[in-house]
Amino acid sequence: MSIKISGLSHNYGIKEALNNVNLELHEGFNVLLGPNGAGKSTLFSLLTAQLSIQHGDIWFDKASMLQPQRDLFKQIGVVFQSTTLDLDLTVQQNLLYFAALHGISKQQALHQLSPILCALSLTKHLGEKVRQLNQGHRRRVELARSVLHEPKYLFLDEPTVGLDVPSRKAIIAYVRTLAATGVTILWTTHLLDEVQGEDQLILLNDGHVLLSEECQTALESNHKASVLELYQSLTDRVLEAI
Amino acid sequence: MKKPSTQSLWYTFQAIVARELLRFFQQKSRLFSALVRPLLWLIVFAAGFRSALGLSITPPYETYILYQEYIVPGLCGMIILFNAMQSSLSMVYDREMGSMKILLMSPAPKAFLLFAKLCGGALLSLLQVVIFILLAWVVDIETPLLGLVYSIPTIFLTAFFLGSLGLILANNIKQLENFAGVMNFVIFPMFFLSSALYPLWKIKESSLYLYWICKYNPFTFAVEMLRFSLYEQYNVELIALVAGITFTCAFFAINTFKAKK
Repeated sequence: MSIKISGLSHNYGIKEALNNVNLELHEGFNVLLGPNGAGKSTLFSLLTAQLSIQHGDIWFDKASMLQPQRDLFKQIGVVFQSTTLDLDLTVQQNLLYFAALHGISKQQALHQLSPILCALSLTKHLGEKVRQLNQGHRRRVELARSVLHEPKYLFLDEPTVGLDVPSRKAIIAYVRTLAATGVTILWTTHLLDEVQGEDQLILLNDGHVLLSEECQTALESNHKASVLELYQSLTDRVLEAI
Repeated sequence: MKKPSTQSLWYTFQAIVARELLRFFQQKSRLFSALVRPLLWLIVFAAGFRSALGLSITPPYETYILYQEYIVPGLCGMIILFNAMQSSLSMVYDREMGSMKILLMSPAPKAFLLFAKLCGGALLSLLQVVIFILLAWVVDIETPLLGLVYSIPTIFLTAFFLGSLGLILANNIKQLENFAGVMNFVIFPMFFLSSALYPLWKIKESSLYLYWICKYNPFTFAVEMLRFSLYEQYNVELIALVAGITFTCAFFAINTFKAKK
């Protein structure tokens, strides 16, 4: 399962957000890095159909996003940067609502959710209103929601920003297990310690792709010892995350 | 790519309608204010104007009626109007909070998702109108109870019309704060420039311009349609008019609706 992005450009009025982006995302863990204003959110919004494509195309295997096929949403899971949960509903109500939006019955959803909730330590929070949960647990609920319909593609926009260490670890570990099962993951982040050698690293700056290859290979070919060095040498910017 | 099955769509429909109802019942003040508003008009305003406003016999009435009785259909329209605008407000909120993104990422067709939302709103309108009519009975303003049964389709049609209008507004409101403008420039003119509170012939006596505005205000068509159905009659011409306006508004609303600004 791969995603092919070809000749993708996007403008907001006269401001150019993406310029002729060509990329291929493969099964496994793909990390999208880039400073603020690099075009990450625009790329994310285009991949999740929150924005319409202006130039170029995105292919999910053989399905083009230029042709409206809502069925494609069955294969896509998303964790947006800001919370999109209904704060006044319980965790279970939020999850079942999403399941029903995907045509999954309550019984089937509970069956599919059981291992996910266990893995994310959410089982005991099912009856709690989302408003009562801390940020870390809300993020876990969003992650559980994004995978309950068993998507082939999972997009996460800075899912660990502002979270405590246990929540970060839990989320990263869970997503990495999904990557190992063949799900195509796109993980957008500022946090360089989340990148591992075997990950596919994509570096975006000023709407251009600076790099797209396996992290370890990129480090070796650029003679850099760390992702931070590589990042700085390619972008000439200092990360806010440091 | 396969189309969603009927069963999948049914689950989706149920979930959207149930969420609308759940959110309504979680906001107890919303039900309270939805009923207090028309009851104040019925009990206080109508009592005061009862002697000042004489009414002649106009269809669907077959005899002279009290002013309180006259404004009941208009107040039913008011309930539906406010409920529709409240739903559009919640859509703006959903869009700001991001939950609209989740709704529109469902594999079900966008038109179907918005239709389900309109159905949820229509059910809430029906519920509020029924409670209002029953409370009106308590204060001796008795519209035929069978008229309520006749009115189920017309209440739904009015709710769809005003709900679609609300969708169009929600699509054009960038922030929650702008909703006050909707109150001033949409809800109040729509309500006051209609036959909800006074018969058209009364308005004609005062101002011919106002009369023409009121006569062709789509809300007037809806109120008059409700008036007939509440008295166990269907005015086919009005139903066709409201259905046509509803279809146009719904078509425009669905085709222009976006998850985010």
